[in-house]
Amino acid sequence: MSTETAAPTVSSAKATAQDAIKANLREYGLVLALIAIMIFFQFTTNGVLFKPVNLTNLILQNSYIIVMALGMLLVIVAGHIDLSVGSVAGFIGAVAAVLMVDFGFNPFLAGLICICVGAVIGGVQGYFIAYMKIPSFIVTLAGMLVFKGLALWLLGGRSVGPFQPEFQMLSAGFIPDPIGPWTIGGVKLHATTIVIALLIVAGMLYAALKSRRNRESHGYDAEPFGFFVLKNVVMAGIVLFLLYMLASYRGLPNVLVVMGVLIAVFVFVTKRMTFGRRIYAMGGNVKAAALSGIHTERLTFYIFAIMGALAALAGLIFAARLNMATPKAGAGMELDVIAAVFIGGASALGGVGQVAGAVIGAFIMGVMNNGMSIMGINIDWQQVIKGLVLLGAVAFDLYNKKKA
Amino acid sequence: MSDDIILEMRDITKTFPGVKALENVNLKVRRGDIHAICGENGAGKSTLMKVLSGVYPFGSYSGDIRYEGQECRFNGIHDSEKRGIVIIHQELALVPMLSIAENMFLGNEQATNGIINWDKVRRRAAELLKKVGLREDPDTLITNIGTGKQQLVEIAKALAKDVRLLILDEPTASLSEKDSQSLLDLLVEFKAQGMTSIMISHKLNEIKRIADQITIIRDGQSIETMDKADITEDRIVTSMVGRSLENRYPHREPAIGETIFEVKNWSVHHPLHPERQIIKNVNLSVRKGEVVGIAGLMGAGRTELAMSVFGRSYGTNISGEVLLHGKPADTSSVGKAVKAGLAYATEDRKVYGLNLIDHIKHNVTVANLPAVSSRSGVIDDNAEIRAANEYRKKTNIRSSSVYQITGNLSGGNQQKVVLSKWLFANPDVLILDEPTRGIDVGAKYEIYTIINKLADEGKGILVISSEMPELLGICDRIYVLNEGRIVGEMNASEASQEKIMRAIVRGEEKAA
Repeated sequence: MSTETAAPTVSSAKATAQDAIKANLREYGLVLALIAIMIFFQFTTNGVLFKPVNLTNLILQNSYIIVMALGMLLVIVAGHIDLSVGSVAGFIGAVAAVLMVDFGFNPFLAGLICICVGAVIGGVQGYFIAYMKIPSFIVTLAGMLVFKGLALWLLGGRSVGPFQPEFQMLSAGFIPDPIGPWTIGGVKLHATTIVIALLIVAGMLYAALKSRRNRESHGYDAEPFGFFVLKNVVMAGIVLFLLYMLASYRGLPNVLVVMGVLIAVFVFVTKRMTFGRRIYAMGGNVKAAALSGIHTERLTFYIFAIMGALAALAGLIFAARLNMATPKAGAGMELDVIAAVFIGGASALGGVGQVAGAVIGAFIMGVMNNGMSIMGINIDWQQVIKGLVLLGAVAFDLYNKKKA
Repeated sequence: MSDDIILEMRDITKTFPGVKALENVNLKVRRGDIHAICGENGAGKSTLMKVLSGVYPFGSYSGDIRYEGQECRFNGIHDSEKRGIVIIHQELALVPMLSIAENMFLGNEQATNGIINWDKVRRRAAELLKKVGLREDPDTLITNIGTGKQQLVEIAKALAKDVRLLILDEPTASLSEKDSQSLLDLLVEFKAQGMTSIMISHKLNEIKRIADQITIIRDGQSIETMDKADITEDRIVTSMVGRSLENRYPHREPAIGETIFEVKNWSVHHPLHPERQIIKNVNLSVRKGEVVGIAGLMGAGRTELAMSVFGRSYGTNISGEVLLHGKPADTSSVGKAVKAGLAYATEDRKVYGLNLIDHIKHNVTVANLPAVSSRSGVIDDNAEIRAANEYRKKTNIRSSSVYQITGNLSGGNQQKVVLSKWLFANPDVLILDEPTRGIDVGAKYEIYTIINKLADEGKGILVISSEMPELLGICDRIYVLNEGRIVGEMNASEASQEKIMRAIVRGEEKAA
């Protein structure tokens, strides 16, 4: 739900600080959870977690999960599920390797072809789901098997690589620094990253102010001014801190730029565009949506096509990161993606979920993977802990909703 | 009639976080009576019954329940059912893909050591079905019988549990006039056999007909209990709303213009059994500023007619023509129908009308998002808030703001949200399917007022209703539909319930 739903206030009554804190706790509870988890691992890893190189790694390690979580959010809000994304990502990685390594395609052309193939795969699955009315669980379960098999067949059991350097840049590269490095307080900083960080913070504050003024003009007073300032200063501080850390290493990773743009687009689409609104309407009550003139079938079809394209992009990022395509790439990824969306507060019944939640959910999973690996916890116990966190997060969310 | 009290509920108070749902409610039911409980939506009737049946366990409310002279502390439905108290909820609790017999003994299986004795199940099912007068094979699936018969299965299910106090929550809300009659007759028959029933109902004429005593609940408090002799509609209404409603239907001076909506030679076949024709060559028209009713029994095809016209949302092999403003209109999809100026508010607002987990604002604008967004599909937040607020005011939706979740609104207010949604789509012709089903007298009046206002604004309105007095009260002209055919058309001034029923019966004779 948006900020507005979190704080339904009567137009005349002024919201108190207590109300505001309560409403914001629900809204930002996930962010707080993520911060708490990060601080926890900061201690248990003896300060490794927040090292610039590790933060950069964290982003690189989780980028493909986040990219897919964006699409999965739409799928789950629409009331569906997509189990095939891991296999599709692996298959696309194989296609990319065959195109670039075996046939010497230009990386950009190959990338474009791969994303189109992904969209077609998603579209075909979407066709069966939307028009033939086969449950998405079954269609994408079939897709999971099919594309896992096709990836094996395509690679013939080998691992194919390495890729051209331009393609590797997708996952291993950083944005250039034309402004030149600055040295502040003995730390060499990536100047362009700092400039971008400042621009982002300025944009955030401007948007927050504008939205606040807008609410006031309609008589919906969200929160006391002091609280509003505090909240935004804290948020801005977090963004500045993280980007400063990145700047003190090698700057913004290319893949973070891709991710950032995608996240912004998906937030905008879900919050501000008719397309996004209709997905929520459909997930909330598909019959009512259809009788309100929404083309529910077409919408479902598009959602799966988008999911397919994002799975393809994730497959490219993953292949570029490993610098080869392996037959086992993508195995089990769908579970991390789905877990991220549910930890992020989406409802398995559809109609509820936020892009920001899914992204934070993915980071919670990512930080736990990263932190536990640094601590030297075995993969077996990592799985157990991750499973319990998923269950706990959703149980806590439901408990909170019931209490409200 | 005796003063033998079978059930007494004393000073029942039940609070939910932030709301006092019941406050010192008192209820006394005499053995062998049909006791009606009456009150506006949200007055607390269903809550009271849930307290009685143990859905809200002992300890979650305060007050005493004495049943058969004993103090009761129910911890769940099982406890109350063991004592012979059975509740039939408004939303039927039947499993559609199981058979009648399986449903009747659900949770009460005729089994030894967990192995079901099917002979016994069928024999007992057949016995009980006979008792409720339902002539169906016990092996028929629930999904294959109509709502009226499903209601009878629920009652048979209650009988299977040796019911001694039967509670019915709005049993006739989704039944046709005819099915309602036979259900009420059945209750009277049970009464003669000594069973006690409590019936929650909105329908004053039914209460007047069969109730021995009636208790009125308003705003979580019991207002009064009256005996059969004292029951008058006026008194019930006055007690229910706390004020007297002079006239249940607001007055309107009809200003009728030219024909704006016509359906010609409309035929529709069943979507799963294409050989069955559901709508047979229907012709009808609505004029500007006119309120036209469609009367008919359950299963006459009224909803099917409306939905097939509205974007072919029902049926196959549809033929015929729809004209808006005298010109053929393309209504082949819901989107096109809306664009052509048609709107259809469904009979079941929870299933087909609203996104219950989202707030009022989003529900109001969903059918006409382009009106609040740019060409490229970006929603203008300000325009949307303005629109939602405007329609909230226009239809008098009672809520803290447009950000209230529609699932938390009362039935009447939900219906106003549905109306708002369609008014915002700015249609020329509105089809309202059971616009006042399951909502209380006060909210009904408001809905009628909105309908009148729309007619005054020059819109054409088609109302489908199972309540004949309602059609007679608000319509200018009434069509009678029976078995997919128009069997009568009359002006409201010359129409009466008898005339409508006669048209239906005559239509049936003709068809036979």
